[in-house]
Amino acid sequence: MAVQLDARPPVAPAPRHSRPVRGARLSRFDTKYSPYLYIAPFFLLFGVFGAYPLAYTFWVSLHDWDLLGAEHPFIGLDNYSQLLADPDFWHSVVNTLGIFVISTVPQLLAALWLANLLNRQLRARTTWRMAVLVPNVTSTAAVAIVFAVLFGREFGMINWLLDHVGVSAIDWKANRFAAWVAISTMVDWRWTGYNALIFLAAMQAIPRDLYESASIDGAGRARQFWSITVPLLKPTIIFAVIISTIGGLQLFTEPRMFNSGTNAIRGGPLRESQTVTMYMFENAFAPHYNFGYGSAIAWLLFALIAVVAAINVLLLRRLGGGSRKEVSR
Amino acid sequence: MTRVWSASRLTYLALGLSALLSIFPIYWMFVVASRTSDAMGQVPPPLTPGGNLGANIARLFDNTDAYFLTGLINSTIVAVTVTVSVVFFATLAGFAFAKLRFRGRNALLLVIVATMMVPTQLGVIPLYLLMTKLNWNDRLPAVIVPALVTGFGVFMMRQYAGQAVSTELIEAARMDGCNTARIYWNVVLPALRPAAAVLGLLTFMTTWNDFLWPYAVLNDPENPTVQLSLRALSDGYYQDMSQVFTGTAIATLPLLLVFVLFGRQIIGGIMEGAVKA
Repeated sequence: MAVQLDARPPVAPAPRHSRPVRGARLSRFDTKYSPYLYIAPFFLLFGVFGAYPLAYTFWVSLHDWDLLGAEHPFIGLDNYSQLLADPDFWHSVVNTLGIFVISTVPQLLAALWLANLLNRQLRARTTWRMAVLVPNVTSTAAVAIVFAVLFGREFGMINWLLDHVGVSAIDWKANRFAAWVAISTMVDWRWTGYNALIFLAAMQAIPRDLYESASIDGAGRARQFWSITVPLLKPTIIFAVIISTIGGLQLFTEPRMFNSGTNAIRGGPLRESQTVTMYMFENAFAPHYNFGYGSAIAWLLFALIAVVAAINVLLLRRLGGGSRKEVSR
Repeated sequence: MTRVWSASRLTYLALGLSALLSIFPIYWMFVVASRTSDAMGQVPPPLTPGGNLGANIARLFDNTDAYFLTGLINSTIVAVTVTVSVVFFATLAGFAFAKLRFRGRNALLLVIVATMMVPTQLGVIPLYLLMTKLNWNDRLPAVIVPALVTGFGVFMMRQYAGQAVSTELIEAARMDGCNTARIYWNVVLPALRPAAAVLGLLTFMTTWNDFLWPYAVLNDPENPTVQLSLRALSDGYYQDMSQVFTGTAIATLPLLLVFVLFGRQIIGGIMEGAVKA
């Protein structure tokens, strides 16, 4: 930095004037401290509206804290022990995990397959990419309403189609597993194309001579896909799984809007499709406004996300472990 | 070699089916929006648009439960403000992280990456308490202010600035007596424009779409965002589906418009981001 300052053309030959000195000092101050000024807005705003609430959630969770009570006494871990014995909480955990598994696994496989299709010499390349991405840019709440109608019991199009292949009408909202399937369909519809484009980007970074030598060795297209493409995509797949875990376990808008009317936040009269985030909402906001209990749910969900993400990464590492050695990069 | 990568007829068939599945629910939303509410009970379901769109729109805007016009205006205000702010602060901080030297730079960058992994949605309860203290409940600042910066934006701009802004140009500008603020405005911002545009588009769409936090903090039915208007429509006791679908179609239309106009850039942004991450 100092070198740069010295290299400035000597504008004022007589340094007796105070201006250039002040200018130089200002400029030194500028190079040294202005970077902090530029990053400060992020840290200030994120600190107040992102980090502080998250940490403070833990503090609230240690109190008996509701909207009406004038005082909120410290009760230690009582909210947590109450929660661990709360069957409705565990019900929502099972719902969340169930929806997560039956949405994520087919979604990532379909995305891989779709990326493999898009990774060929196609006419109208951008149009195809846009066509698979368009679900991702639609309004989540709007689409959830549309899907709720498509999955209607009496007049829904899905049941109408199923009727043609001899499946009798399914009550998608009243049957717990059926509700999981319907909500997973929504999630997959929105995210498969997005993940396909992420995988496609990673596929295009794989050097083609790997495939050339493999095909000389007699490996067919399927073999090449599983022995070259998938192992080399592993970092991207792990990334996609982590993102899906963080998003999927917090699922809220789709199940909330899949249900309508008075029981919507409960995910139906018997909590058929209530996720953990919905259960947090039911307790923390209308009708109960029990902030302490809701905060405890938030922290347990946080822990759940961390655990599931860690398990997923470990599983994926192990799965790909053997095949990696076959391909020497 | 080209044989292996060529697209067969089967490829096009499979892609065509995928595209159909992608587009159909959106198409059908517009079909129902343009028909009378009888469309819901018809067997087989109608698949072509009808002529009732205008009447449905009129009824939607007259609906006294949904406050749909207010919702549209509010969502526009929120999404535009948040987009401008996120792009401004992200380019500023991204430039600093990519091109300026200062103590603690790498550690602070790591903090930003970490914030992208943290489910901040779980902080809604204290955020709600904070908004009550600030007296922002039921008012737009409650949904605007917490969204003014994103770690994702800063990181994306930092990655792009690293390659798109030439260090020589910055040094040259400094020689000419530019201070850092002017370098940002005259050198860095023009170079960042393509990536900043993508960030802006993605931010606009995410903000327009946001549901959970507005749902928590905007409880006044007369002052909703458009997504909350949809909730009011869909939770109504008497459901007039063609009117509800008109609402969903109008709420989706701005997003589709942005996507049709800038789809190529959005796809480029998503794919480039993926390779770097």
